Amino acid sequence: MAHAETHAAQHAAIHTEHQQHPIKLYLLVWGLLFILSALSYLVDYFGLQGYLRWSLILIFMMLKAGLIVAVFMHMAWERLALIYAIILPPLLVLVFVALMVSESNYILFTRLTFFGGGE
Amino acid sequence: MSAPIKNPAAETLPRKSGLAGLAADWASDQRTFKDVSWGKAMMWIFLLSDTFVFGCFLLAYMSARMSTAVPWPNPSEVFALEIGGVHMPLILIAIMTFVLISSSGTMAMAVNYGYRRDRRKTAALMLLTALFGATFVGMQAFEWTKLIAEGVRPWGNPWGAAQFGSTFFMITGFHGTHVTFGVIFLLIIARKVWRGDFESERRGFFTSRKGRYEIVEITGLYWHFVDLVWVFIFAFFYLW
Repeated sequence: MAHAETHAAQHAAIHTEHQQHPIKLYLLVWGLLFILSALSYLVDYFGLQGYLRWSLILIFMMLKAGLIVAVFMHMAWERLALIYAIILPPLLVLVFVALMVSESNYILFTRLTFFGGGE
Repeated sequence: MSAPIKNPAAETLPRKSGLAGLAADWASDQRTFKDVSWGKAMMWIFLLSDTFVFGCFLLAYMSARMSTAVPWPNPSEVFALEIGGVHMPLILIAIMTFVLISSSGTMAMAVNYGYRRDRRKTAALMLLTALFGATFVGMQAFEWTKLIAEGVRPWGNPWGAAQFGSTFFMITGFHGTHVTFGVIFLLIIARKVWRGDFESERRGFFTSRKGRYEIVEITGLYWHFVDLVWVFIFAFFYLW
């Protein structure tokens, strides 16, 4: 029992330090990334428009980004201290996005009002 | 010179997982990023800063596109090619995407073989990754040449809003520069792996300690990030 425990502990230490995962997992993610890219390409190919186009494009984008970060960059096996330090700050960029969407709409409004859409 | 303070209890007590572990890792005077070497932590922090840079470029592009009253060129048609008489919208970008994803796949496998200390396979897979990367840059050069020939400039283009040219050259140019540096970085590390610098005690640039193949993973982090940025450029620039 004690032997099994030390073995498990050693295995865990090797696992965390060396990020060893089966090749099959990488091949699976590789295939999934291909399929997701093909799907987002098809969204354009079939000329989908409006909210359907946007939700599909964003879903495929987030799935691809998630797979790359989680598996290829090994984020899924890191401790939360690193995961949160890296993942949370970029999410705050969404606040900036919201500000700029509002600002862009206002600039477009003033351009159309005062320049009649010329420039 | 005082000796570094050691806390033997911290070495033997099992570390908490989950949110309690998050709080414990960030608390008091200790290393925050446990299990992560300085090299890897610093690569992650560099990539975080790069995320903000690319984030600001894409935001600037979004603002320019949303605030212009002039029609935006249709990317699907701008990046279409005639192949064997067949009109294929966005085909060049699709091929570039698949090339870059494949390079990410070979890189992930290189990291795996690196930790198995299979030097030949690691170096070969890294070279293959670099080859895919160089192919991507080559196709981007073709894309730029074609658009410049068609009259796209940073200050204008034949199809509408002038901002299309400036944001296109800025964003894809900056991404292409990252890919190019990545290829150089890959070639340097692949050569070291092939020569066995991480087994011998040979000192040098990025060589680190004997028997440690973590630099392959750190190189991989950079390379996957380049692919990650392309995912966002693909969605926001070419599909929007």
